Amino acid sequence: MNSVLKIIAQRLALGLLTLFIVSIVIFAAVNLLPGDFAEAILGQGATPEAVAAIRTDLGLDQHPVLRYFQWLGGVLQGDLGNSFAQANFASFVGDDSGVRTTVAQQIAPRFANTMFLAGVTAAIAVPFAVTLGILAALYRNSVFDRAANITTLSSISSPEFFLAYVLILFLAVLNPWLPSLSNIYDGMAFSERLEKTLLPALTLTLVVTAHMMRMTRAAIINLLASPYIEMARLKGIKPMRVIVKHALPNALAPIINVIALNLAYLITGVVVVEVVFVYPGIGQLFVDSVKIRDIPVVQACCLIFAAAYILLNLTADILSIVSNPRLRHPK
Amino acid sequence: MSSDAFKDAETLVEMRDIHMEGRSDEEWHPIIKGVDLTLRKGEVLGLIGESGAGKSTLGLASMGFCRDGVRISKGSVIFDGIDLLAASAEEKRQLLGKRIAYVAQSAAASFNPAHRLIDQHTEAPISHGVLSKEDSEADGMELYRKLRLPNPDEIGFRYPHQVSGGQLQRAMTAMAMACRPDLIIFDEPTTALDVTTQIEVLASIREIVEEFNTAAIYITHDLAVVAQMADTIKVLLKGDEVEEAETREMLSNPKQDYTKSLWAVREFQRPQKPAVQTGTTPVIAVQNVTAAYGKVDVLHDVSFDIHQGRTVAVVGESGSGKSTTARCITGLLPPRLGQISLAGTALPLDYRKRDREQLKKIQMIYQMADTALNPRKTVGEIIGRPVEFYTGLTGAAKRKRVEELMDQIELPASQFIDRLPSEMSGGQKQRVGIARSLAAEPEFIICDEVTSALDQLVAEGILRLLADLQDKLNLSYMFITHDLATVKSIADEVVVMKDGNVVEAGPKTEMFTPPHHPYTDLLLSSVPEMDPDWLTNLLQERGVDNIGDAAVGKMT
Repeated sequence: MNSVLKIIAQRLALGLLTLFIVSIVIFAAVNLLPGDFAEAILGQGATPEAVAAIRTDLGLDQHPVLRYFQWLGGVLQGDLGNSFAQANFASFVGDDSGVRTTVAQQIAPRFANTMFLAGVTAAIAVPFAVTLGILAALYRNSVFDRAANITTLSSISSPEFFLAYVLILFLAVLNPWLPSLSNIYDGMAFSERLEKTLLPALTLTLVVTAHMMRMTRAAIINLLASPYIEMARLKGIKPMRVIVKHALPNALAPIINVIALNLAYLITGVVVVEVVFVYPGIGQLFVDSVKIRDIPVVQACCLIFAAAYILLNLTADILSIVSNPRLRHPK
Repeated sequence: MSSDAFKDAETLVEMRDIHMEGRSDEEWHPIIKGVDLTLRKGEVLGLIGESGAGKSTLGLASMGFCRDGVRISKGSVIFDGIDLLAASAEEKRQLLGKRIAYVAQSAAASFNPAHRLIDQHTEAPISHGVLSKEDSEADGMELYRKLRLPNPDEIGFRYPHQVSGGQLQRAMTAMAMACRPDLIIFDEPTTALDVTTQIEVLASIREIVEEFNTAAIYITHDLAVVAQMADTIKVLLKGDEVEEAETREMLSNPKQDYTKSLWAVREFQRPQKPAVQTGTTPVIAVQNVTAAYGKVDVLHDVSFDIHQGRTVAVVGESGSGKSTTARCITGLLPPRLGQISLAGTALPLDYRKRDREQLKKIQMIYQMADTALNPRKTVGEIIGRPVEFYTGLTGAAKRKRVEELMDQIELPASQFIDRLPSEMSGGQKQRVGIARSLAAEPEFIICDEVTSALDQLVAEGILRLLADLQDKLNLSYMFITHDLATVKSIADEVVVMKDGNVVEAGPKTEMFTPPHHPYTDLLLSSVPEMDPDWLTNLLQERGVDNIGDAAVGKMT
């Protein structure tokens, strides 16, 4: 068991290192964006003096390397900085009392919403996709297998907004079962929240199922020629049990990895679905912030996305390692 | 036991006019061409033949099972009155594991790595409703005890990777016995094991099959093994039956030429060359070599000499350090201590520090010609590359040299020079491997298990070729093998290794005459002989606790 702990510690350290490198990339990339907040907010009527004033006010005139370390230092202490847009608004109305909305305060509720949506989607999509993959492997090359493949591939190949509108049409307009708008807010009852989230979650399920299902199917079928599967068959074990009990435990590693990738996508890549359903997630906030060059928010979002990717992949790595009995039970 | 004893017994399996086909390149090719097989209750039938003879395919067909890409195109299989070819998948599933069981060649690959042994053992009895989990577990431990597995009450709770190969093979035999089937198919169950391990497995399989009066089909390519196990022997050749007879009859009086040729294989004997004069400089001297993988020493103070024109066989079981010694000589694994000398001069330990002249003098031939040859290069390119690298020949001169080399390995250049490895048989590929090593014009060649992946007749051809080349080119060989029959036929001197130490070394004739070192003695006595009473006599002579790994354990 010690070797497993050692591997986990190594992976965690590597994950932190990756995150550090990613932070440099994020900072550099954001600073490469054409224009800055001052130009974006002042628009056409920008005078050089006004631009310079705002830059000085926000510290944008300082050297990038210095700004990077100021930002990084803040992040390490849990301070993601203040949103430019909020700061500026406050100073315009002459109410610059020093109490500004921090990026963390701004992002937190949005991020919670995104995690909720991702959680609901994962709770539906993962069991659904894995079960479908197992059944497709069991009835491989049958009509069922082909139908499942064609359906999931069609849904992954269609644009997300199109899938969203099709679901709205059938589940909200023609049969008014679910609300078509997901305007959720604080203090909502869980059941109501769930109901409003269901339609975007179903849309996302259609998007992520194909990948996970096909990997489950392929990983299992890949093992069906191995001697221990032949042995299980020659022991007269039922086909379903052969797959679930003998193939699946040995096919977990690739399946877990694909699940992790798709979960990461659910956290970072769902802005289109958020827009269609007016869901107040982090994706919309991110896009809005890029538009007005609200750099602290953009950087914070990027960092969260990167951390989500790294953390999920790390978890997948560790789970696949732990799924190997040779490591769990050393000689 | 004579097969007459079974004449009155009820027929258990009856296969009639079986034709089987395998699919490759979208076409069906015949694998079995009309074989009949009758097995009576309690009878053990040995099915022997070379690779590609269709033994395993036929064995599986007797269970009504075909691997993917194989089909039974004609014939019938009746098991105890049930027509297996007409039976539904569900009906067959009810028989498999319960009344017909299977023991696979590689137990390490055939146990599911994700589950404990005992859980895999109890799976069939539980799902067929034969025994409850508790009863089946208790029965499993009883079977482990009968098969003389160490810690029978505890070993079942281990995972397959925690148990050694020979133990796994016995655990698999126990698993096959779990429902007390009427028939067990043993598919080369000891081929992957060392000789000392094999003998234990053979003894326990034979005992348990006799105790429960189970009928068995025992598939193997090893005649001496089948002589110990079977009541009746059936010989297959390329999907056809050659002949079938009661074991003693078959051994003493084979009727068909093919069978006679199989029996004759082990008669190739090369006389031992006279000992070299004292004071001669050996071609290769391994001096006090200690080598490690990582921090663990795997070779301990190994020393031996190899003289010009001589063959030194290095024998030992898997893990004894034979191949590691070869890696030290070639410089792939620089030893931690000690040195390697070539004709009296010490070689740099790391091959990267050796010059081309030193490199060309030491060449290697590998066990698996399949993986040692680049599948995308033609024979001409494979042999031509070292010719150009070591001798600098190009163009027509290079081609001429390649043709010469192909003459030496008895593959006509006109026919083979443009072939790819995939277009040749195993023996032909191994010959190309030999030509490739000769291309460097070496003085010394390491042959690493060069015949163990080949059928006996083909292996003999390779051994004869190597012997001829040695005489013509005055080569020295280091012959790594675990097969003592090969040692007997080709070696001049023998080095016995165990756990990274040289246990005994000397001229062949001395090594094969007593007194031996106890380990050498164990190795020698564990090699099955053609005599059908060999195992019985050996067990009587030594007792079950003084054979195989148990005896090795007592030595240390």
